[in-house]
Parts: sequence; C-alpha cells; structure tokens
Amino acid sequence: MCGIVGLFLKNSELHPHLGVHLSDMLSTMSDRGPDSAGIALYSDASPDILKFTVQSSHLQGALDRMAGKTPFAFERKDTHAVVQCPQEDADDLLTVLRSEPSIRIMSVGQSIEIYKEVGLPDTVIDRFGLRDVSGSHGVGHTRMATESAVTTLGAHPFSTGSDQCLVHNGSLSNHNNLRRELIRQNVTINTDNDTEVGAAYLTWKMQQGATLGEALEASLNDLDGFYTFVVGTKNGFGVLRDPIACKPAVLAETDDYVAFGSEYRALVNLPGIAAAKVWEPEPATVYFWEH
Amino acid sequence: MHTLDMSTVEVRSVNDTLQAENSTSNKAFLLENPLGAHAIAVGLDAPVHVTVNGSTGYYCAGMNQKATIQVNGNVGPGVAENMMSGTVLVDGDASQYAGATAHGGLLVIKGNASSRCGISLKGANIVVQGDVGHMSAFMAQAGTLVVLGDAGEALGDSIYEAQLYVRGTVKSLGADCIKKDMRPEHVTKLRNLLSQAQIDANPADFTRYGSARKLYNFDIDNAGAY
Repeated sequence: MCGIVGLFLKNSELHPHLGVHLSDMLSTMSDRGPDSAGIALYSDASPDILKFTVQSSHLQGALDRMAGKTPFAFERKDTHAVVQCPQEDADDLLTVLRSEPSIRIMSVGQSIEIYKEVGLPDTVIDRFGLRDVSGSHGVGHTRMATESAVTTLGAHPFSTGSDQCLVHNGSLSNHNNLRRELIRQNVTINTDNDTEVGAAYLTWKMQQGATLGEALEASLNDLDGFYTFVVGTKNGFGVLRDPIACKPAVLAETDDYVAFGSEYRALVNLPGIAAAKVWEPEPATVYFWEH
Repeated sequence: MHTLDMSTVEVRSVNDTLQAENSTSNKAFLLENPLGAHAIAVGLDAPVHVTVNGSTGYYCAGMNQKATIQVNGNVGPGVAENMMSGTVLVDGDASQYAGATAHGGLLVIKGNASSRCGISLKGANIVVQGDVGHMSAFMAQAGTLVVLGDAGEALGDSIYEAQLYVRGTVKSLGADCIKKDMRPEHVTKLRNLLSQAQIDANPADFTRYGSARKLYNFDIDNAGAY
C-alpha cells in the first residue's frame, strides 16, 4: 500500500502552519503503511546558502568530531542534523561530512530538509518536532515495504538531486536494469530501493536539460510498474500516476493551497476543504504547480 | 430522521445501527461528517433510507440489499461493490471500480466515475452522468452500464452479456467489445433506466456496445488448444 501526502501553499500566510497540516495529513494515512515514515520540507530558500540534512545512527560522536573541522554549526534533531553554509564553502563542508563514515546525506539544497525514520508517522513526527516547522511546501510518506528492507535509508522521501525529492506509492519492476543503466551514466544510487531509482532517473533527466514536467513525461515510457508519484522541487510540486492508475490519489485545490492525499481522509482537516475543488488525477497525466 | 454524527460515532457502531434494521423498516438515517471514512453503510439488508452528508472513502454502500443510500459528496474506490439490490446515489464523483461485481440494484453517479467502473458487473444497473475511466465494464457478465459522457480506453474488454450505452465518445473498445444496433427494445430499456435514475436524456442519442461473443464462446475449431 503506502500512504502519500503533499501540500503546496499558495498563500504565504499559511507557511507557519505547513508542519501541523502536513503532519495531520500523514498521521491520518498511518494505516496505509506501518514500516517507516518521512517528510520533506521546503522553507524559504536563500540563493547563497546551501543546506545539508544528515543522518547517522551514531550521530553525536560524528557531530563532536566534525565540530573541530568545520566552522558551521549543526542543528541536531534526533538522528538527523541540519547544517548550512555559503555556497562557496559547500565543497569543504562536504569533505568534512564524508570524513565520517556513518553520516548519510539525506538532502542537499537551498530549501529542502528531509526527516525520515523507521516507525509510525506519529512517532517520526514527534521525534523530529515536525508539527512546529514552517515552509512553503512539503511531501510526506508512510511506507508498507515491498521492494527493499525496512531501514532508515529505505524510507521515503528520496532525494537524489539538489532540492529534489520523490515519494512513491507502488512498485517499479524494472528498477534493477534502470539502476545499472544510471550507474553507467555516473549517477549515484545508494540503496536497493526501487523508488530511489525512480528519483535518480528524474534527477538524471533534469541534468540532461529536461524540465520536471518533461522528466515526468519521459518516465511514463522508461519506468515499468505501478506508481503514484509526488515530487518536490525548490519552487514546485508535481503529481504523476502510471497509465493503469490502480494506486489511489486525490487532489484538492483552493486559492490558498494545492493538497494531495492517497485518500480523501488525509485532506479532511485542511482549512476550507469543504469548498475546495477535489478531483482524482487522471492516469498518465503530469500535474505541476510552481511558486 | 435519525442523525448519526460520524465525528463522534465510530463507523462500526454506525454500521451496527443500520444493519440492525429489519426487513420491514423504512426508517431514514442521516450520517453527518463522514470525513472520508471507509466502509460506510455496508451490508445493509432493509429498505431504509440513508443520507451521507459528505465524502466517503473505500467501499461505501458495499453489499447493499434493499436500502437506498444517497451520498452528498464524492465516493472513494469500490462504491456499491457487490450490491445485490436497492439504490445508491452519488452526488459527486466516484473513484475506481464503482459498482464492481454488483448483482442487482441501481447505482447512479451524478459526476464522473474513474477507471474500472462496473468491472465484472453481474446484473446491476449503473448510470453515470459524467465520464467513465479506462477499463470500465471489464469482464462484465450481466447488467447495464449507461454513460452520458465519454468512456476511456478499453471499454468492455472481455465483456460477456452486459449491455453498455454511451452518449459521448469512446476512446477505444476493449477486446471482443463491439458497437451494436439500438433496436426498439433497447430504446425502451434505456428510457426506463434513465427515468429510474431521474436523468433527462434522449435514448436515441446513445450508442449501444456489447460482446462480439468470439472470445468467451467455446469454439470446436480451437479444441486442440485445450
């Protein structure tokens, strides 16, 4: 199964409430997947600053050791930490991060932060204090594992490019072949997970010059399997369902926001939902919104 | 009118109340705040009238017998799945496999129905005022699907003896589904069905589709393949 949610705020007055809405939506989807949960958040981007979200099962020791090697401060949240630096210092910071073998980089970008762990959505939301965060848009996922093990790194969202992320309900059947092809193109893929291959594919397409919309269109030909995707970029939010479309999806739009849920249940507490335009996205059709 | 507020009463308890009505009951129930919950008003077996004020999740009105269930909102996947008799009216849109395997009764959808509407239909009548998605009436055995809008890809794939009437365009027909003549008995049947669904439309504007009967018939020339 898996449950996915997404919220793209058009009205900036709602930005302080992104975390609470997205958390409520994800919590409602808990019974679609008990294995792991995660949220990607996009908050005010600054063009000169780069943000890294890192994770480690031995985080404090790694943070202590890195503190002496870099002037940039780590803001710890449970097993994750966020560190920011000016763009020109990014390579130096990356070298420091890579000096710690246990450190996993969950996301890199001007805007994105990713928090994900094994466990139910409510537990993950509480551990990372996700109800209190603000931002312009975000996506969330609760996983019922099928294609790879239940681990932190197997949790969604997956980020394979700067400020990009993907959550997925379904399973890709040609991910092994595609992984080999992408690795041959020098794309880095860290896990055995099918969704990471989908994310890496989109990133690779965009590196070749495709827009997100074009990359999603191309995936209709190159990805085999079942999928409802929700993707996030620095300014945007997109939805795509495979042509068979057996994985559920509901979209809602008002003047203030666009919201996605695997089920309508996920959307019922959003402000003004009763008057929202609510519809089921068409199969094999790319939907995309940008700030 | 007996009102149940689903923001405070569990689905299971609501269904217990509705299912406790006996076959002579004609009570009316109003369900407020369904909040997209699953399996609302399933397994009813009495001629009660249930109004659901809002949108529902999976399998609303599933296995219905005798009851009239009206949803003032959209319904999730599998509305009126395996309905035996009675009437289900949906004011908004229906998600996939609306009326799947339904044996009897009438399902009316005022908005659009998405993919696989009336899949494996076994005798019920379904009237959709908007469009239906791909693979609708897949392997439909008996009953009728009426679509006032357009039908998606592979309409009536591997169809048996169900009858399909579409007023708009059909994106493509599935295997063994063909266009058929509208004979006077079909016009009469469709007029009755539209009238039951309280929809004003001219039966002459519809095209009938059904089985070419090439796929499911045993053909002696193919005996070697078995």
